[in-house]
Amino acid sequence: MKQSIKLGLGLAMAATMTVAQANEVRVGMITTLSGGGAHLGVDVRDGFMLAIEQSGNSDVNVIIRDDAQRPDLANSLASEMMDRENVHVMTGLIWSNLAMAVVPSVTRQGMFYLSPNAGPSDLAGRMCHENYFNVAWQNDALHEAMGQYVRDQGYENPFILAPNYPAGTDALSGFKRYYDGELANEIYTQLGQEDYAAEISQIRASGADSVFYFLPGGMGISFMNQYANSGTDIPVFGPAFSFDEVIVGALGEAAEGVINTSQWAHDLDNDTNRAFVEAFRAEHGRTPTLYASQGYDTAKLLLSALEVAHPEDDPDAFREALRAADFASTRGEFRFASNQHPIQDIYVREIVANGDGGFTNQLIGVAMEDHQDVYGADCGL
Amino acid sequence: MTVALIVEQILNGLQLGTMLFLMASGLTLVFGVMGLINLAHGSFYMAGAFVTATVTATTGNFWLGLLVGVLAAAAIGVIVEFVIMRRLYDRGHLDQVLATFALILIFSEGTYMIFGSSPLFLSVPQELRGSVSLPFDISYSRYRLAIIGMGVLVAIGLYLLISKTRLGMRIRAGENDREMIGALGVDIKTLYTLVFALGAGLAGLAGSTIGALQSVRVGMGEPVLIMAFVVIVIGGIGSIKGALVGALLVGLVDTLGRIFMPLTLVSFMPASQAMSIGSAVSSMLIYIMMATILAFRPHGLFGSK
Repeated sequence: MKQSIKLGLGLAMAATMTVAQANEVRVGMITTLSGGGAHLGVDVRDGFMLAIEQSGNSDVNVIIRDDAQRPDLANSLASEMMDRENVHVMTGLIWSNLAMAVVPSVTRQGMFYLSPNAGPSDLAGRMCHENYFNVAWQNDALHEAMGQYVRDQGYENPFILAPNYPAGTDALSGFKRYYDGELANEIYTQLGQEDYAAEISQIRASGADSVFYFLPGGMGISFMNQYANSGTDIPVFGPAFSFDEVIVGALGEAAEGVINTSQWAHDLDNDTNRAFVEAFRAEHGRTPTLYASQGYDTAKLLLSALEVAHPEDDPDAFREALRAADFASTRGEFRFASNQHPIQDIYVREIVANGDGGFTNQLIGVAMEDHQDVYGADCGL
Repeated sequence: MTVALIVEQILNGLQLGTMLFLMASGLTLVFGVMGLINLAHGSFYMAGAFVTATVTATTGNFWLGLLVGVLAAAAIGVIVEFVIMRRLYDRGHLDQVLATFALILIFSEGTYMIFGSSPLFLSVPQELRGSVSLPFDISYSRYRLAIIGMGVLVAIGLYLLISKTRLGMRIRAGENDREMIGALGVDIKTLYTLVFALGAGLAGLAGSTIGALQSVRVGMGEPVLIMAFVVIVIGGIGSIKGALVGALLVGLVDTLGRIFMPLTLVSFMPASQAMSIGSAVSSMLIYIMMATILAFRPHGLFGSK
């Protein structure tokens, strides 16, 4: 009896174990597909899968799981991917706290990780790893570029605010790294705060000549709505995270005229990007966000390296091919710094009416050319 | 620090208090009359906002949207009371908490399925945009002022309803002795349904009006619900007057604390430290206030038992 149970269990396990085919590449994507931050994960996934489909490469097998924005769940999904699904490469995480929980243990086990979004400073600096590549940006990049832009435009008294959590403090210090003038005030709001009446009164009373804020997700929608309705007309600046196409859609005319920085824009003029935006609209019926472009570029990078080597057969050649970044990016020029984070231009966009009642981002210039993060110095690669 | 800023912050505190009163009055009525702890009260808030946003988007008329949103929230309240809450009145509070917590999850997932994960768009009606000029060189958002006015009207309306009408008399009687008014021939089931619908409608009204200021999204009701519970605990569970005083107190303390806490700390520590410590302490203020009040008045300011 006991023997037969064991045999049965063994058979069942054998049946669920997946045996990798000769050339198959298994990609584990853990991303956020439910909860308040779901639109980021959905766009990363859709952009990524679009590139895989376009390539026609049937050897790539993508396994997608939802982390529901929970670090513990992301961690157990990562173990499952490595132990049971036998993946070769992992990608997909949106949030920095989840990336910090998952990425170090994944790369320590020799797995490759390509980040399509999260770029915490530790992974760019002292905890960098030869198998970790960030295809999006280091977290500070867009804030730093905005600091530079606000200074270049001659503003002398910005009022800056962000939620009181690590990415919020990083955002304001990133801004101040390149904006070195006076500040009207610097305030930290509660994470998840929905009512900004008190802050808006302070902004009005402060005599500021500009406002910079980093309030991701619903917080940004609330703030901007209330700001526009308060009749305050001090110009507003922010990173693209607060003004992706989904948020701009929810804000409507409240967001008109806001300036934001992004490493990508849907009207960026290069062949790859034009084709990408057109294909994405045709497939999903909406304008891609920066997250979709990041998912797309991540898949393109992966595909370019797979042409050279298989991650399991020859990891060194595969890694070299990733470092070379020999692919056509939607951002135009793209290369990696020594810490395997991007060196790229950061653009400036303005929110304008799109002609059929809605609003959209329009490219208006470049904030910083060949931007590179400051943490690479702490990285031993 | 100008007079204008202080007055503006007091108005902001009153506006937050008004909104909390709309939530807390329903919560406290339902608890007072039926002895039911309803964690799903925030879901009516969310439902009101979603319906208002949808109707406003299709018809282009905010006021119609607001009306439909409030009615829809009340209607959902009737259905929920009829199908689920009825079975919970005789159960212990733990069962009620479990069942209504399950309702939160069902409402949230249901809203995801119907409306998707992106927030909906709802803007302040044209007539109430911009700001009005008040004495002392103060300009204040017209919409927020209207919310305060609406809150005053609702408070007066509730006062008249509870103290001057037959329905109100029954509600008060229900609070005092549930079995006895049933024995006296009052249709207690209909009374319960009406009270529950009234509470749900008020929550829907709060959600719809605040939805235009904040974002209409899944989970918008839960943070408000927590504050509403603080309000009714401070005010005394079951007391409408307590809900009003508690709501204004919480609104004012929370808003003024957020501004003046960091400013007080700045005088004796570096600015960036004062900012982060100040904002951390100010988010605790209402809970500290609740603990202090409960230490001296265990049943809240106007609690009877």
